Formats: sequence, C-alpha cells, structure tokens
Amino acid sequence: MSDRNEMTLIASKGTLDWAYPPFILASTGIAMGKEVTVFCTFYGLNLLLKDLSHLRISPQGNPDMPMKMPFGPKWFQAIDFGPKIPNLLWNIPGLELFATQMMRKTFKNNGMATIEELREICIEMGVKFIACEMTMGMFGFSREDFIDGIEFAGAATYLDVAHNSNQDLFI
Amino acid sequence: MINQTLDMCGYACPMPILKTKQALASMASKEVIEVICTDQGSKKDFVAFCNQLGHKLISQRDEGNKIIFNIEKN
Repeated sequence: MSDRNEMTLIASKGTLDWAYPPFILASTGIAMGKEVTVFCTFYGLNLLLKDLSHLRISPQGNPDMPMKMPFGPKWFQAIDFGPKIPNLLWNIPGLELFATQMMRKTFKNNGMATIEELREICIEMGVKFIACEMTMGMFGFSREDFIDGIEFAGAATYLDVAHNSNQDLFI
Repeated sequence: MINQTLDMCGYACPMPILKTKQALASMASKEVIEVICTDQGSKKDFVAFCNQLGHKLISQRDEGNKIIFNIEKN
C-alpha cells in the first residue's frame, strides 16, 4: 500500500442522482482515513450552492434510468416504466418534477441519506471542496451563492492537489 | 465486552460506515463497538474499512435480516 492516502474527485454533474456519487465517495474516503478534495466544476457547482432543493433528475434522454414506483403493492413496484415511457412525454411540464419526487421517495424508502445530510457529513469530517472559479463566472454565480468553508480556484489548483493524490476520479 | 452499540438498521451505504467512523472517534483504543445494520453491502464494506484503518473486526454475524459487527478500535 502506498504511504500516500489522498483522493481527489472532479464533480461535474448537477442533477439529483449524480449528486450522490461524489458525496458518497468523498465521505467514505475520509471515513477510511484518506484526505479528500472535491473539485466542483460546470454543473457540479450546483452541489456547493447554499440551497440544494432545486436539484432535479432528468428522465429526458436518460433511457437507462429505471422507473419503478416507490409506492403501491409489490407487483406494481416491480414494474419498470422506464423503457415503456416515450422520451417525448418528458416534455410535458411537471413530469420531470414528478419523476424527481418519485426518485426522492425511492431514496428515502431505501434508507439513503439526503444530499444535504451527506454534504454536511463531508464538511464535518473535513472533505475539502473547491469551486471552479471559471465556471462560476460563466454561469453568473457569486461567492455568496455558495456554502461557507470552500475554496475558490481553477484547474491549476486542482491539478496541483491531484498530483499528490493516489486516487483520482472524474464524476 | 461491548463499550458502545450503534444501530444503523434501515440506513443505506455509506451511512453505517460514516456513523461508525464518527463513533470510533470518541472511543479509546481497544474498546469495542457493536454495529447493527441491514445494509447487505456493509458485509464487505466493514472488512475493507477495518483493513484500511487497522481496526480489528472481531466478529460478524447475521440475525434475520440484520448484520451485527463487533469492531475493536486500533
């Protein structure tokens, strides 16, 4: 085993489903004694905003997403509506919100922590977060939009940290 | 002898590991924590967790759908 024990992650996605992998891996990494840095860039910046309630899933153009109802009798919950629903239908206003609520309920039914809880644990345990300053400017965010205790920097800073890391993941 | 018990039944990955880590932080070396959980993936995860951090996984047993781990802090 290497004497270095650092993990660096790039979080590039900002949907509710894709918010989980970076927070799960970062918190688990730090629980296993690693030093963890997460570089949030492009849509991953959403994960550092003060308010996370806007995070959605998008079934549109996401044909692999299983769509099982988190309520009703067992036989009903077993049906995968994903492949049965034409992509076009997701253009109907409100359906994406409905799918998001169903996903949140599925997470809850399965004992998954919320993104807010996982992020708080990450911060509590000492995960370092870097918000990509370039994409912040591009998307019109200001520092006040983000949670406290994070760093603002660019690609060079990330690469410098990642240089010492022995696990480097792009999500 | 068990010094502390942590009930993580109903919680999914990675919460059992995270809460165990936090509980261990307030314990002394050689003290034992009992973790009860229902997350099936944790069977392998706790082995990896202990292996990585040098804690001793004293025992692991199934009781119905529950998995009970006894871990000695290093």
